[in-house]
Amino acid sequence: MSPVIPNLLSLITFLPLVGALAILGVKWVSRKDDASVIERNAKWIALWTTLATLALTVILLAGFDRTTTDYQFVEKVQWFSFLSYHMGVDGISVLFVALTALLMPLCILASWDSVKTRLVEYMIAFLVLETLVIGVFTALDLFLFYVFFEGGLVPMFLIIGIWGGKDRIYAAYKFFLYTLLGSVLMLAAMLYMVSVAGTSDIPTLSTYGFSQAAQPWLWFAFFASFAVKMPMWPVHTWLPDAHVQAPTAGSVMLAGILLKLGGYGFIRFNLPMFPHASELFTPFVLTLSVIAIVVTSLIAFRQTDIKKLIAYSSVAHMGFVTMGIFAGNQAGVQGAVYQMISHGFISGALFLCVGVVYDRWHTREIAFYGGLTKLMPHFAFVFLLFTMANVGLPGTSGFVGEILTMTGLYQASTWAALVAATGVILSAMYALTLFKRVMYGEVTNEQLKGHPDLSLREKIIFAPLIAGTLLLGIYPAFVFDFTTASVDAVVATYRAIIGG
Amino acid sequence: MDLTSALHLALPELILAVSVLGILVYGALRGDKAAGSVAALCGAALIAAAFAAAFNGHGKVFNGSFIADGVANFAKTFIYIASALVVVLARGYFERQNNNRFEFPILVTLSAIGMSMMVSAGDLIALYIGLELNSLAAYVMAAFRRDDAKGSEAGLKYFVLGSLSSGLLLYGISLVYGFAGSMNFDAIAASAQANMQVGLIFGLVFVIAGLAFKVSAAPFHMWTPDVYEGAPTPVVALFAGAPKFAALVLLARVLNDAFAGLHDQWAQVLLAIATLSFLIGGLGGLMQKDFKRLLAYSSIANMGYAMLALAAGTDKGVMALLLFSVLYMVDTLGLFSAQIALSRKGIAVSKIDDLSGLSKVDMKLTIAITVLALSVLGMPPFSGFWGKFFVFGAALEAGYWGFAVAGLVASVIAAFYYLRIIKVMWFDGDKGELDKAPFEAKWIAYAAAAFAFPIAAFALSGLYPLAETAVKSFGLN
Repeated sequence: MSPVIPNLLSLITFLPLVGALAILGVKWVSRKDDASVIERNAKWIALWTTLATLALTVILLAGFDRTTTDYQFVEKVQWFSFLSYHMGVDGISVLFVALTALLMPLCILASWDSVKTRLVEYMIAFLVLETLVIGVFTALDLFLFYVFFEGGLVPMFLIIGIWGGKDRIYAAYKFFLYTLLGSVLMLAAMLYMVSVAGTSDIPTLSTYGFSQAAQPWLWFAFFASFAVKMPMWPVHTWLPDAHVQAPTAGSVMLAGILLKLGGYGFIRFNLPMFPHASELFTPFVLTLSVIAIVVTSLIAFRQTDIKKLIAYSSVAHMGFVTMGIFAGNQAGVQGAVYQMISHGFISGALFLCVGVVYDRWHTREIAFYGGLTKLMPHFAFVFLLFTMANVGLPGTSGFVGEILTMTGLYQASTWAALVAATGVILSAMYALTLFKRVMYGEVTNEQLKGHPDLSLREKIIFAPLIAGTLLLGIYPAFVFDFTTASVDAVVATYRAIIGG
Repeated sequence: MDLTSALHLALPELILAVSVLGILVYGALRGDKAAGSVAALCGAALIAAAFAAAFNGHGKVFNGSFIADGVANFAKTFIYIASALVVVLARGYFERQNNNRFEFPILVTLSAIGMSMMVSAGDLIALYIGLELNSLAAYVMAAFRRDDAKGSEAGLKYFVLGSLSSGLLLYGISLVYGFAGSMNFDAIAASAQANMQVGLIFGLVFVIAGLAFKVSAAPFHMWTPDVYEGAPTPVVALFAGAPKFAALVLLARVLNDAFAGLHDQWAQVLLAIATLSFLIGGLGGLMQKDFKRLLAYSSIANMGYAMLALAAGTDKGVMALLLFSVLYMVDTLGLFSAQIALSRKGIAVSKIDDLSGLSKVDMKLTIAITVLALSVLGMPPFSGFWGKFFVFGAALEAGYWGFAVAGLVASVIAAFYYLRIIKVMWFDGDKGELDKAPFEAKWIAYAAAAFAFPIAAFALSGLYPLAETAVKSFGLN
């Protein structure tokens, strides 16, 4: 490991925050009467900041040693006696950092013209959010993790509440209070763990071995927090509300990145730190996941709002992730990580597709649309590609994740795998129906005419997502090269402890 | 210990007492036109006393009735600074209200002396005198807007209920004295250890009740919303922070010095008070429409957390109490300053709905209020989170995990009303231009917000060891 740039992780984490402060600074020094200049500055600063972060992330990926399971690019400074500033990435988290860094510039671009009000604050909120999310993936101290994890609520609350749709305030409250309730239980568990183990260092805690009596409680406290974030059935109800009301880029952030915090938490905390409890609760989690897959797929089928449909499909896909993780074997966990990365691309792209039509016609009602293929052929191609990827068509990244989690699950529980497999069919059902109703048929609605196909900006946004989805679908080793060593280590330790 | 070194340890109080008497004479001779210079002098005296307290030595003097130790010096430093800031806030506030009397800074200083007597009290008499000195000044301050109906109501209510609690406290003190045979904390502890009597526990409960009233912990919280609403805002900014801090330190001292052997008994009482407080504070705030009333409920809830730390009965608990109180004091001072800074056509913005759309009118104050509200809510990375973090850490370590979880859940309920402040400011439509925000109130709010984040994140690495050493001299295990 040769650090090309010292403190690379801190740089990646806090660069967006610096960008946010720069926007604020520029706003305060520029002339007040020229709002358009301030807004243009804000947009460009935000774009360049996120692009610079992405560039640094590429350096991070290039310098990452894929053969070791150790944390890399580690930075450690003792802050107080109870908290150290400890950052580092392993093969799992480095990909989530990359995913975040990749999606952020797209979010900024997606909001370029569509956000009309308070653009400066909007850009600041997104940049702050990027810092917090990357911080979650890189923090190796329990409380540092919590600070980033919780802190993300605030910008997201503002994003939904200020730039959302009709019921935005209800959705913002629901999002905030649900996730906060989950998190405070996790905080209590963290305080307990630190008082027992005497350290808040995540790598140390992973091998600490908490008493079997305490494990179920701790496991459940962490589970409560991550399950809400994930979101798992039945605590998923905040998600459709939040999604429907959030602006397009907010949805991309939510589905693409914030949902991954839960899965990442399960892999980083629940599985290695509380293996006995994980084993104990496996049937419980599998049951919830299977219900999530089937029930939310059926709910998705009944939706009349495009965004809500995709939101429910996210919940169903996250069901595969939790199943894979708690299958507790190599294929399952590997597949879960893969599914999360792939879902980051696919769901992000799908919400961007909704954004494309919403920007033009300002409605998300499925019934309003029809026959768009004739009017927007380029868009039709993009939307079809991601619909297929969402269904899990071989050749797209969606397929790899699903097949792997199913394989893992089959080893753990045949019955669960059997029921979950119906979810694959159900996802084809709702996704293809959506595509048919929006894109095919005759153009019955006169209002649909007179709008252009994808603009250059929109094509630029979709290009990396298309490339990513296909690349990961055809050459999955790109992800596995990074994750295999770390995932194997997690699974091997887990297996060794539960003796399976 | 000889008199010189005894007086040396009481230097902060001496500075304040001597200068406040001098300033009083000066003010009485010059009248209200000297209000400005009186305020400046009182502020200077408070800052000087803060320095004296920060560099004060340790010792127990005047037959053990006055204790200068790490905890006392720590608390005094922050109490004086907070009082000085209130003097600054009040100066502009009363000037704008044409109620510019020279007595106000003097009352603040007197109450600061009372508070520092409280944190240094080593026997029950000193405890009572300190408390009353603080309270009597506070009664007058609460009723400082004499021609305002709500202001007078606040003052009267505070006085009547405060006297009642003083009565309870005195009754408790007399019981303790009767059964222990001494006023001195150490002697009471020795007597309790030698011969435990039920009367002592009776006295203890009354003492706790009396002090719980002063910190507005449930079920002795009834005065809080009305007094917060009616009293002048700078006065509330003082009430909400410093005297509660002093009373909490005092309570910590009484319980851990005099009644250390009875931890099992008083921990139960404190846990009950804590649970009631954060539940009532959390639920009661949900429906409030007035900004200051809302903060009253918020303070009730926060006192519950402080009590939880105290109930632990460990040095970690006392440390958590110190840090929590200081961080909370800064947050409330900032929030009340922000409220002082906001007015529309000369009328103070008092309803939460009046904050509507503030982010479109005054972005900087909106950010400050948002940060402070999130901090009181206990959101990381803001300072209030670390305060709660220490409190719950101490409670869990003492084995009160059920209460800690209840407290955390109550904080989620309370989150709802802090979020409402944020929602109103950011999401709703604006209600028109505001008056120009007064300089000092605005900047105290900014400074408090800057302290909540990011300064506290760095300052804590200094404050934490400071509190740690302070608690070491407290004589707990």
